[in-house]
Amino acid sequence: MTVVIGFEGSANKIGIGIIRDGEVLSNPRRTYITPPGQGFLPSDTARHHRAIILTVLKEALEQAGLKPADIDCVAYTKGPGMGAPLVTVALVARTVAQLWGKPLLGVNHCIGHIEMGRLITKANNPTVLYVSGGNTQVIAYSERRYRIFGETIDIAVGNCLDRFARVIKISNDPSPGYNIEQMAKKGSQYVELPYTVKGMDVSFSGILSYIEEAANKMLSSGQCTAEDLCFSLQETVFSMLVEITERAMAHCGSQEVLIVGGVGCNLRLQEMMGVMCKERGAKLFATDERFCIDNGAMIAQAGWEMFRSGQVTELEDSWITQRYRTDEVEVTWRN
Amino acid sequence: MSVRCICVVMQLAARGQCVKTAEEANRTEPEVNTAKDSSMALPEFLGKAELLKQGAEARVYRAQFLGKPTIVKERFKKQYRHPVLDEKLTHRRTVQEVRSILRCRRAGISAPVVYFVDYTSHCIFLEEITGSATVRDHITSAQQPDSCPDPQLERLAQRVGQILAKMHDEDVIHGDLTTSNMLLRLSPEDGESDLVLIDFGLSYISALPEDKGVDLYVLEKAFLSTHPNTEALFEKLLKSYAASSKKSSAVIKKLDEVRLRGRKRSMVG
Repeated sequence: MTVVIGFEGSANKIGIGIIRDGEVLSNPRRTYITPPGQGFLPSDTARHHRAIILTVLKEALEQAGLKPADIDCVAYTKGPGMGAPLVTVALVARTVAQLWGKPLLGVNHCIGHIEMGRLITKANNPTVLYVSGGNTQVIAYSERRYRIFGETIDIAVGNCLDRFARVIKISNDPSPGYNIEQMAKKGSQYVELPYTVKGMDVSFSGILSYIEEAANKMLSSGQCTAEDLCFSLQETVFSMLVEITERAMAHCGSQEVLIVGGVGCNLRLQEMMGVMCKERGAKLFATDERFCIDNGAMIAQAGWEMFRSGQVTELEDSWITQRYRTDEVEVTWRN
Repeated sequence: MSVRCICVVMQLAARGQCVKTAEEANRTEPEVNTAKDSSMALPEFLGKAELLKQGAEARVYRAQFLGKPTIVKERFKKQYRHPVLDEKLTHRRTVQEVRSILRCRRAGISAPVVYFVDYTSHCIFLEEITGSATVRDHITSAQQPDSCPDPQLERLAQRVGQILAKMHDEDVIHGDLTTSNMLLRLSPEDGESDLVLIDFGLSYISALPEDKGVDLYVLEKAFLSTHPNTEALFEKLLKSYAASSKKSSAVIKKLDEVRLRGRKRSMVG
């Protein structure tokens, strides 16, 4: 039996999870929530994580019913993400690893999402759509790498949604994306927005500029409601995501899709992806907010796979990096 | 093939309208030449055709049309999309595809002949490039495991670079450059193979170096993710592009910029 504890804090979520051979023993999480109209700044986010991380750690161990001696490896997020929060979490991981006398393992955050999705859904070799506040990528595995077939050429889809939420002052509690999703259900009028697909790549910056400029004008003139805008934005950006996923599937001859990342728990996105899959006889795999949104267990799961294939990170190599692409990691645990 | 469909199409062909439909799409409102009658019989026609594959946005059939081997590309309704968005995209892409093919062919770039277009059912009838293989399959079969440079593949990469340079000089942006969208057709006379560009569904006309740079960036990503360890080969392709195009320096500069956008973008959670 191999037990791995995972520390995640690359953005505004701080999570610590424990995995024992594919079983999630505990996975507590906290979110740093800012007032409407504001994003989260690195230093404030790090302060939030610092204040709460030991409480979360205690919870993780208690819920799992484990003592530090039961743990075999300490995994933490090496990157990508915001510098200050990453440093905070890595520091705690490094400290407990030395206190407990356990090996360390630096994990790529994106790989964490993919491996967690594969564990929960049992998808075998899916085309992965990874969508979150910082990433938008279509990924498929070949020859020991998760290769990026398509991605955003500017901002991430979640970033586009979050920043739109700030423009029209939608609440960040529990997350801007969740609130946009709920409001979109009440929208009915479809407002035309720019639609930018470039092969298997997408671009969201033009849509954001357009809607930032137009939103408040359209709202004050009564041309449409905030709900209509949420609805139209979702329909547009999700159509783009489904389209590039389908293109990658056609390109790779794949019959499975796995959606991961924070935006991946949006039910409308899952529904649209499901319709596309049905049209081509493919299968959709998705998870709910517990595992889609950043959490500690996903880092533990990727760490578990890496540890079992013989990897560890020496103390002097246990740094973090803000930029760390999915395809930089050699996947030693799949063939 | 239904008798009625043949009749209508034969009449149109006799009057030279098939070709005209495609050409006119380049200049005037395309709906004018929509063959309403033939679209009635189209489902029947496609029902008897051989479904080759379902791509990202169209079903691709093989059929005989006026006795010629033909590929029919049907942009069917995408149920996941909002109907307004779906209609807009489907119509625009059908028009653009035909336009760009014609523009390329006029410039001497090999692309399938457009036989017929139906804007009601969003179907394009194209010449089937018989006896061809995709560049993707060609690279996969020719690539050696020890990745030592293969002179034949290098020549192919240079050819691709030259043709893309020519296409960009015509201000055609392909929009979905992959090695699956390039075909190699062996010519029976001299044994030399001809490179044919296909699948212009995401194409458009633009003179901006930005758009051309992104076009190359899309190819670079698709190329390197589809064919691992081919960085040197792609470098050859770009060199040949740069040498062949009059306007390449601004495009390559943009390509470098776009690469940075992708890589250095802050990637949070």
